[in-house]
Amino acid sequence: MAQVMMKDLNKKYDEVHAVKDVNLHIRDKEFVVLVGPSGCGKSTTLRMVAGLEEITAGEISIGDRIVNDLPPKDRDIAMVFQNYALYPHMTVYDNMAFGLKMRKFPKTEIAKRVGEAAEILGIQELLKRKPRQLSGGQRQRVAVGRAIVRHPQVFLFDEPLSNLDAKLRVQMRVELKRLHDRLETTAIYVTHDQVEAMTLGDRVVVMKDGWIQQVGEPLELYGHPANRFVAGFIGSPSMNFVEMTVADANGALWADTPGLRVKVPPASAARLGPYKGQRVTLGIRPEDLRVATGADAADYSFDTVVEVVEPLGSEILLDLKAGPNVIVARVDPTVRAKHQDKMRLSLHPERVHFFDNKTELAI
Amino acid sequence: MKNPIAGGAGRAAPVEVALPHSRASQRRTLTGLLENERFLALVLLTPTVLILGMFIAYPFGMGVWFALSSISVGNPGHFVGLKNFVKAWNDSIFRIAFWNTSVYTFWATIFKLVLGMWLALLLNRHFRGKRIVRASMLLPFIVPTVLSTFAWRWMFDPTFSVLNWTLYKTGFIVTKLPFLSNGDWALWCAIVVNTWRGMPFFAITLLAGLQTINTDLHEAASLDGANGWKRFWYVTWPLLKPVTVVVVVFSIIQTFSDFQLIYVLTGGGPANSTHLLATYAYQIGVAAGLLGEGAAISLCMLPVLFVVVWIQLRYLRRLEGA
Amino acid sequence: MLIERRWKKWVFFYIPLTIFVLGTLFPFYWMLVTAIRPDAELYRSWRAVNNAPFWTVQPTLEHFRDLMEKTTFPRWLWNTFFIAVISTGISLACGLLAGYALARLKFPMAGALGTSIFVTYLVPPTLLFIPLADIIRDLQLGNTPWALILTYPTFLIPFSTWLLMGYFKTIPKELEECARIDGATRFGAMTRIIFPIAVPGILSAGIFAFTLSWNEFIYALIFLSSPERKTVPVGVVSELIRGDIYFWGQLMAGALLGSIPVALVYSFFVEYYVTGLTGSVKG
Repeated sequence: MAQVMMKDLNKKYDEVHAVKDVNLHIRDKEFVVLVGPSGCGKSTTLRMVAGLEEITAGEISIGDRIVNDLPPKDRDIAMVFQNYALYPHMTVYDNMAFGLKMRKFPKTEIAKRVGEAAEILGIQELLKRKPRQLSGGQRQRVAVGRAIVRHPQVFLFDEPLSNLDAKLRVQMRVELKRLHDRLETTAIYVTHDQVEAMTLGDRVVVMKDGWIQQVGEPLELYGHPANRFVAGFIGSPSMNFVEMTVADANGALWADTPGLRVKVPPASAARLGPYKGQRVTLGIRPEDLRVATGADAADYSFDTVVEVVEPLGSEILLDLKAGPNVIVARVDPTVRAKHQDKMRLSLHPERVHFFDNKTELAI
Repeated sequence: MKNPIAGGAGRAAPVEVALPHSRASQRRTLTGLLENERFLALVLLTPTVLILGMFIAYPFGMGVWFALSSISVGNPGHFVGLKNFVKAWNDSIFRIAFWNTSVYTFWATIFKLVLGMWLALLLNRHFRGKRIVRASMLLPFIVPTVLSTFAWRWMFDPTFSVLNWTLYKTGFIVTKLPFLSNGDWALWCAIVVNTWRGMPFFAITLLAGLQTINTDLHEAASLDGANGWKRFWYVTWPLLKPVTVVVVVFSIIQTFSDFQLIYVLTGGGPANSTHLLATYAYQIGVAAGLLGEGAAISLCMLPVLFVVVWIQLRYLRRLEGA
Repeated sequence: MLIERRWKKWVFFYIPLTIFVLGTLFPFYWMLVTAIRPDAELYRSWRAVNNAPFWTVQPTLEHFRDLMEKTTFPRWLWNTFFIAVISTGISLACGLLAGYALARLKFPMAGALGTSIFVTYLVPPTLLFIPLADIIRDLQLGNTPWALILTYPTFLIPFSTWLLMGYFKTIPKELEECARIDGATRFGAMTRIIFPIAVPGILSAGIFAFTLSWNEFIYALIFLSSPERKTVPVGVVSELIRGDIYFWGQLMAGALLGSIPVALVYSFFVEYYVTGLTGSVKG
């Protein structure tokens, strides 16, 4: 059990600056997810924690030791890889026992720990098999089992679910969460899938181009994205963005663009004041739009034309056009709509986001 | 985006306590050193570099010195510049040997490639006894060249040739063919034996390449109306090219520097008409003891080999780039 | 799928394949027939009546007996075997370590070093034998097996290094990364995880190296002089031909016996050779 600290962490390859000034404090027993598009530096960061990549500058400590110069074997960590990395020439039992054997555990202790882990993961019957005789899901379990028998200070996961099919992935996600609740070991988890990040993480770190964009609890990222990138990355379907001009009319601020004109909600008005006359980006999530009824304030409603209807059963996704602006709305399955229908939408005034066009920061 | 935004700033607590650098001293020990990628690479590569340096680089340098000196057995010699090369150039046997080596390499490689490809295509099909046929086809390649060449020499024997006997009995010839007693015939005999010996290597390597080609491609091509030849030319051959280049280069080097086949089959005769560079270098350098001249003759192989390897490296690099 | 008419299959498949098989194997058959044929039958004019060269009516083992009793052939076999095994061992060890370093480790000049090991192909034995003979004499190794054990790796190492390097590259990197996290050193991950997985590649390189050493001729011809020190190819050439007289019966018997060990080794070879070339790891 240990905390992990990264201080001014940097990684440079010959020409690529892969990780830039990363500062992160992962608390004991915490499950932290690093998420971002490919090439954002999340895997490199994880591999530096593991000791598989040299640190160009900065410091990593696990527990109360600085580990910069420690080889991976001395860091007391365990890692689960995307391709499982099971040793093909060993049985499942030997795969799980390998780390303990390397650390010279007595045979009985090894057998006990492997037995425990196999039981937790439900793979007792597989112990004598070779990896090639296992299905994808079983290999995944063995890889996790191999990590937990060691009782390491920190678990590292490098996209462990990416090679599974969609159904199995959801199932394993739940199991990993349950496992973490049970073992209470600090875990760092890398993924490109924001759903995985949101469901698994106590906290989520969003990265892009080597920078940390935002660190926070899942709902904090969803509700208060720090910038336009995080806003667009978290949530599915992703947030709608429309570039608009802030204008003053009738003693209130309005966001205005051809085909779309809405009032700036009072909560944002003060912060948007300085932007009067300038362009900003308005962001609204598809789920924060609904079909307008008479009860909705006209200030927050606008007219659209339906382009595409995607019924998903529990909901309907509508691709709409408000003037030249493309907007996606997620509406109730009872809504009847078809191509070229006119539709008036209303947005949720407390959930409108504004972003500075230059810095892309939330306003 | 220039500035990183550490949202939830309060959470990423700055690390201010200076923590102990644990076990920094351990890196000095051997185990510690072996964890260092560069040191480990150095350790792993040393034996290879030593052996190759001692028995390739050093003798190579020495060979260059020999070629530029008048050294012979029992005579340390002195620097003579390019005299050995000039002498070789003016030597009619050297010219014949160089010409022979080129003809021998060129035709033997073509035959090996064409027949090897054909055989590979045959072996790539399904038939009963495939494994045993495939294994037995490798025999010429694995049996020591010297030994199998003796069998050929015996088959080409001027008095007791089984080939002559067969041709005579079947009525193709009325007098014996001068297999090894005529210079031109003898070189072609050597080309035949070399082809016989080297073809299995081509076949089995190309077969390995063929087996990596997805059969869907062939089905797609035949649905598109391509016949057998077209399927080979437009589907199989382009995919096999990289393997082919490697095998051909390997074979050219082996064939161009060949020694044992000619040494056993003709010994360079009759009348020095079938020497290759290697056998002639042996005759001058070892049999006659003129080390300098012999070394110069064998060095003449280098430019050709160099061009071949250079072309291959370029080709493979272009392939990797694409 | 591709359906063919029967006659086409004969013309394009069975007939060519049969010719290939006959052409490939006939010299070996001829070796065998010659080796078991009595001299009287062997040296009979080709126009003689009743000459049936494709078989023999009185098979005999006298050539084999002569070979074993009148020459040091068994010694040659042992010498060849001994030299081939040791030089293959040395080459595999070097090739494993160097191939691993080139495939996996990052260090300055890695590319240049890899290319230069490859380029030693440029320098075949026939280019080096004259100066090398001098070096062997200087090292006092002339006429000892060590002259060959030390020089054979010069052509075995480059090719084993390249073959094994290619094989190592097909093994997922994560396997050894995982092993290092599990508690192995870099060296330990290499020997406990990577080498065991690379066994097919190692076998393939080993068999190849063994046959190349068994086959080698020019170094053995130049570095060895006394009859009892020779290898099979050199012994056969120098001891079974007296001046212009070829003892064909014994020669062919020796050729057969000298081929059997490699042929045996190779009977396991085809599959490994193919896997070694296309090498892949599942799991």
